[in-house]
Amino acid sequence: MSTPRDERKPVTDEPVSLRVIGTRPPLYGAVDKVLGRAVFGADVSLPELLHGKVLRSPHAHARILSVDTRRAEGYPGVHAVVTARDLPEGAGEQFERDNTLAGDKVLYVGHPIAAIAAESPHIAEEALALIDVQYEVLPPVLDVRRAMQADAPLLHETLRTWSLAGQAASPSNVAEHLQHVKGDPEQGFAEADVIVERSFTTTMVHQGYIEPHASTALWHPDGSLTVWTCTQGAFPVREHLSSLLDLPMARIRVVPTEIGGGFGGKASSYVDVVAALLARKAGRPVKVVMGRDEVLKATGPTPGTFIRVRMGARRDGRIVAAEAELCYEAGAYPGSSVGSGADTIFACYDIPNARVDGYDVVVNKPKTSSYRAPGATPAVFAVEQVVDELAERLGIDPLDFRLLNCAREGTRRVSGQPYPRVGFAEVLQAAKAHPHYSAPLGGPNRGRGIAFGYWGNWAGQSCCTISVNADGTVSLLTGSVDVSGALTGIAMQAAEELGLELRQVQARVADTASIGYTDVSAGSRTTFGTGLAAIEAARDVIAQMRARAARLWGVPVETVSYDRVVFTTSVDPTKRLSFRELAAQLSATGGPVMGRGNVDGDVLRRGGAPGLHIADVELDPETGKVTVLRYTAVQDVGRAVHPGNVEGQIKGGVAQGIGWALYEGCFYGEDGQLLNPTLLDNKLPTAMDIPVVEPVIVEVPDPVHPYGVRGAGETPIVPVAGAIANALYRITGRRMERLPMTPAYVLERMGVI
Amino acid sequence: MVVVWIPSLMRDLTGGRARVSAPGRTVAEVLDALEAAYPGVRERLCPGGRLHPSLAVVVDGRRAPLGLLEPVGEESEVQFVPAVSGG
Repeated sequence: MSTPRDERKPVTDEPVSLRVIGTRPPLYGAVDKVLGRAVFGADVSLPELLHGKVLRSPHAHARILSVDTRRAEGYPGVHAVVTARDLPEGAGEQFERDNTLAGDKVLYVGHPIAAIAAESPHIAEEALALIDVQYEVLPPVLDVRRAMQADAPLLHETLRTWSLAGQAASPSNVAEHLQHVKGDPEQGFAEADVIVERSFTTTMVHQGYIEPHASTALWHPDGSLTVWTCTQGAFPVREHLSSLLDLPMARIRVVPTEIGGGFGGKASSYVDVVAALLARKAGRPVKVVMGRDEVLKATGPTPGTFIRVRMGARRDGRIVAAEAELCYEAGAYPGSSVGSGADTIFACYDIPNARVDGYDVVVNKPKTSSYRAPGATPAVFAVEQVVDELAERLGIDPLDFRLLNCAREGTRRVSGQPYPRVGFAEVLQAAKAHPHYSAPLGGPNRGRGIAFGYWGNWAGQSCCTISVNADGTVSLLTGSVDVSGALTGIAMQAAEELGLELRQVQARVADTASIGYTDVSAGSRTTFGTGLAAIEAARDVIAQMRARAARLWGVPVETVSYDRVVFTTSVDPTKRLSFRELAAQLSATGGPVMGRGNVDGDVLRRGGAPGLHIADVELDPETGKVTVLRYTAVQDVGRAVHPGNVEGQIKGGVAQGIGWALYEGCFYGEDGQLLNPTLLDNKLPTAMDIPVVEPVIVEVPDPVHPYGVRGAGETPIVPVAGAIANALYRITGRRMERLPMTPAYVLERMGVI
Repeated sequence: MVVVWIPSLMRDLTGGRARVSAPGRTVAEVLDALEAAYPGVRERLCPGGRLHPSLAVVVDGRRAPLGLLEPVGEESEVQFVPAVSGG
């Protein structure tokens, strides 16, 4: 049992050492989840609840000629049928409207067309079959390179390529072209002694969160709306509802439930508007729960890609030139992660001359969404094999080669931005010193590969309030959804500032009517960005309590200080109050104290998190099956607020990366049908597939955060496929140019089949 | 003077120059000066008067949350980069 904070001796005149940050307390809500008591999206229940189901397109590309819902409306037990015609005229962006409920075209198999609310999910499902939709089927385009060709079928007749060179005159499936140029790439390649060029393709991959999307909508008699939904961000859902329903934000309350995985996929809203439209029309609350096949067919996976990389180095081991072309599938509507792919591809290296071209391309597949370090994994899969090949051809150890060329403080990225202090070199040095790097492989058909990745992190906007209770505990509210235990890390930073034990801080996720705007829990931002809001709120609490102590003691507030143990005044050393003692006197000294933190963390943020992974794999040369034997992931996390949770993030990212590398993918037929819309055929890794992953935490504090925190959640997936590919090269002598690296593909590369 | 990094696809407007100097106390004022010197810059970056949604402003290596309203110092660097988010 730890000593209650209030009874500790003051540590005045000594530097404050960390007492909460760096410890490993149980995560908020963990026990509820283990016991099945946590309320997830599908668990929400209300009196008179109806159940909604969505009619989806069987075609990948078709014009909708007519939608006749009359038979479905008359089916016993059906209370409402909605189509795009039920969206308020002119509300929302056209692409946003069309992806919610299709207008005149369907653009992927699974595209929502209509929805039904009925007494039971089964009745709703039966009635879907009574909706008559007439289509003019059009040829689909499913591959990013085919979609970029001038004669490819067009998804949107009005879409014209935008770039900083201007807007193209004629329609195209290429929504955007971006470019970064640094130095003189042609001159750089002319100086190179060794040049390597390769092209890579990766397939769409679904995030594979276990909990399907679920949303429950309730309209109140005053015309306001409450929506319970499993989401990574309640406020963006509120904005989406406001936009498409043409309803003021203040009249919408979005209550985020517990979330059963998201990994970026729940940063988008799919059934919230549909549930609200059905509920309004039926006059009763409606819950819509997606099925697994709907999730896999119709919610955003990460883009499939084509990536070409060319790099040149001198004999002395210096990379002198690089260029990359990244073509990313956006899905049916513009907005792939090609921007962050282009931002990440050469991010680990100091390259004097480089050019990156990125293309955002629409295809007849679901609109893509974020997936853990969106866009980075395919880019790093490509570049790290080329870097590995350069090192091999120069006869330099692959880790030393990366150390020789790694980015450092002041290095300018290809986009021109200079790096602040980031532990690129420290991570590489820690990897080199790790016993794994020099351990024997221990058998035939085994290989070891490394890969270096980076994720730039995001900070975003966050709000947090802290209310002081009379017993000295505090209640913390934040708008950040508790993804991956982030709530505990946020509360730990507040506890550290307040000088409290974590058990004295009760943190909860608030709905959109109870806290200020807070961005999605995504982009490795939450522990950093909302942590900053919690620190600001805690400092606000301390400032107010110092004023209360000053009032009690009749001394100027400037003389009152708090050393995270007791409040004291320089006027009279005998005056001392613990946090708990002062909290008990708040009502008699001016009323409640509530601290407020509302921040835009991007005001501060500059640096991200690099990671170096070491993978040992074994290949069965007869079947092509790849087994990952040993895995070490070294990462700069700035400061591990909760080391156990950071290690969990690293292990989880590696597990997802192994699935992406070896077998996961959304595979489509030529007609655009998803061929593997179940988790039987879309294999996710299980404990049987994942070796012991050893996380190695490197702490190079981010100087802009009071405790040095960096985001840690996304980097762990970035290098995995590249590390495994480089390990397979050591066994097969073949570079792996496609993801996933299935047994069939590996055997094909080996020339066996 | 503020140094503005000209995106490669816009260098046709600056005679191929990758970096140009311009006065201003905010990004918007710098953009006004740029527009006067290199007509067409504003329309590329801010079609319809607002920063294109695919872009973010970076001032002195940090994304500028205030966008065009972001204050700049006399020796600041301004860049326009693709806006990215995360998962």
